Amino acid sequence: MTVGLPGQVGWTPSELELGRRAYRRSRGRRSTLVALISTLAFAALAYFTVTNSPGWPRVQATFFSLEVAKDSFPKILEGLWLNVQVLVVGGFLVLVFGLAIAVLRTLRGPVFAPLRILGTVYVDIFRGVPLIITLYLVGFGFPALGLQGVPTSPFILGTAAIVLTYSAYVAEVFRAGIESVHPSQRAAARSLGLTHRQSMRIVVLPQALRTVTPALLNDFVALQKDVGLISVLGAVDAVRQAQILTGQSFNFTPYVVAGLLFVLLAVPSARLADYVSARARRRQQAGGLL
Amino acid sequence: MRRQIIFAAFASSLLAAGACAPQDEAATDSSGGDGGGSCSPADLQTLEADTLTIATDEPAYAPWMVDDDPTSGEGFESAVAYAVAEQLGYSQDQVTWTRVPFNVAIQPGDKPFDFDINQFSISEERQQAVDFSSPYYTVAQALVAIEGNPAADAGSLADLQDLRLGAQVATTSLQILTDVIAPTTEPSVFNSNDDAKLALQNGQIDGLVVDLPTAYFISNVELDGGVLVGQLPGGEGGDEFGLLLAKDSPLTDCVSQAVDALREDGTLDELEQEWLSDVIDAPVLE
Repeated sequence: MTVGLPGQVGWTPSELELGRRAYRRSRGRRSTLVALISTLAFAALAYFTVTNSPGWPRVQATFFSLEVAKDSFPKILEGLWLNVQVLVVGGFLVLVFGLAIAVLRTLRGPVFAPLRILGTVYVDIFRGVPLIITLYLVGFGFPALGLQGVPTSPFILGTAAIVLTYSAYVAEVFRAGIESVHPSQRAAARSLGLTHRQSMRIVVLPQALRTVTPALLNDFVALQKDVGLISVLGAVDAVRQAQILTGQSFNFTPYVVAGLLFVLLAVPSARLADYVSARARRRQQAGGLL
Repeated sequence: MRRQIIFAAFASSLLAAGACAPQDEAATDSSGGDGGGSCSPADLQTLEADTLTIATDEPAYAPWMVDDDPTSGEGFESAVAYAVAEQLGYSQDQVTWTRVPFNVAIQPGDKPFDFDINQFSISEERQQAVDFSSPYYTVAQALVAIEGNPAADAGSLADLQDLRLGAQVATTSLQILTDVIAPTTEPSVFNSNDDAKLALQNGQIDGLVVDLPTAYFISNVELDGGVLVGQLPGGEGGDEFGLLLAKDSPLTDCVSQAVDALREDGTLDELEQEWLSDVIDAPVLE
């Protein structure tokens, strides 16, 4: 003797249930409609208030001049290419150095004390010193030594300074990740006969990296904006190009254009960060009870 | 009810934003009558009554200011500033100095000074944001290099084209560098001439474009082995320095009259001879 389950063929919701569904749908439609109307009304009010305010034509001409934007766009884009190059090269080196420093700082055993201290001192110094000072010291200071083989290109020197600073930040992110892996994982790995290095590589780091990915991508977005600071060394990047154009015309639109380009650069990173952390959550919690 | 309050708050904040009328619409009315008025300290609407506040950048260099001390009256711009003050009827004691970075002074907005003297080239673009007095000096741009560098031996503009050249951002020097020399490698652009000098000394750039008197000082005093390679032909009829004032400042007319009077009675020429005579015979690169 079987009881008819909802969803089986032949079953239809009762009049009452259909009525409830229709009511819910109508409430939903009403909410959407109200939200739409209020948004439109607000947008219209905002538009008319702003465009009719006495200062608006000047604001528009100074910050949002389409003509100036059109003229400045190709040059700023050219400058942005330099930012992207520094970002890619610098970003890669930061990951390598950051991870190396984090591993040094988490080494166990008394014999590694000097390395641990070295790592700690490095992080303390370069996380504390303002990036602009590191840039000046590396960018103008190193070449001033007049040593043979010291590069003079602002690209190389600027990237080096950025890598020095950001490696310190990223090393701390990695270290937090490594330390967040439960000691039992390490103990289990060692009990299986893995060496310290093997357990680090096979057990600890994969879990640590997954945990810190959102924080790393956050630092990456910060790096995207700070690469513009290499312009103090004379390199013409997007920010400097915008400054030059603004200096020529006293119109601030080039800054707005450069700002928007940086936002466009940051948006994919932000979406990637969202996606990666969502995927990590799914994987880590797959098969769990909750 | 609550939603209405929030909405009302939004709407009123928008109205408040809309009420931010441009500053000078109200200001011009009050200053309109001053053009024909008297230019004595009692009538001038200075920042502080009976005091003339003059600005320059920090540090200020010779030959414009001697030893970064504008109050000494030594150096061309310090001397001109005091001459203008005297012409307007202010004694030395009634002049106070303030320091404003070059790039800040040329932005639109309120100014913490009555006028600024800092080698500001007068240009139409800048006049949209600030006022200038009549010019007190006409200057050419020049190239500085270090001995032994190919730029130091350049005899023509063509010799310079393939070198790495630099200038300070938002200056006429940079404009002349890009327009007149038109180098094949993109010029290096620095926040200040101090950064640019470091880069020149380090060999990060081969040559630096600055105005002629500054070039003279940099090459002879500041740099080891510095060479003033030569003057650059001006873009459009040379570069004129003017005193910078806030846009639509009530003082502009009076300050301009004072500068004109100093030029007519030969004071400006005398000061130029006294402080800038060494720089006038640099060769012009063609």
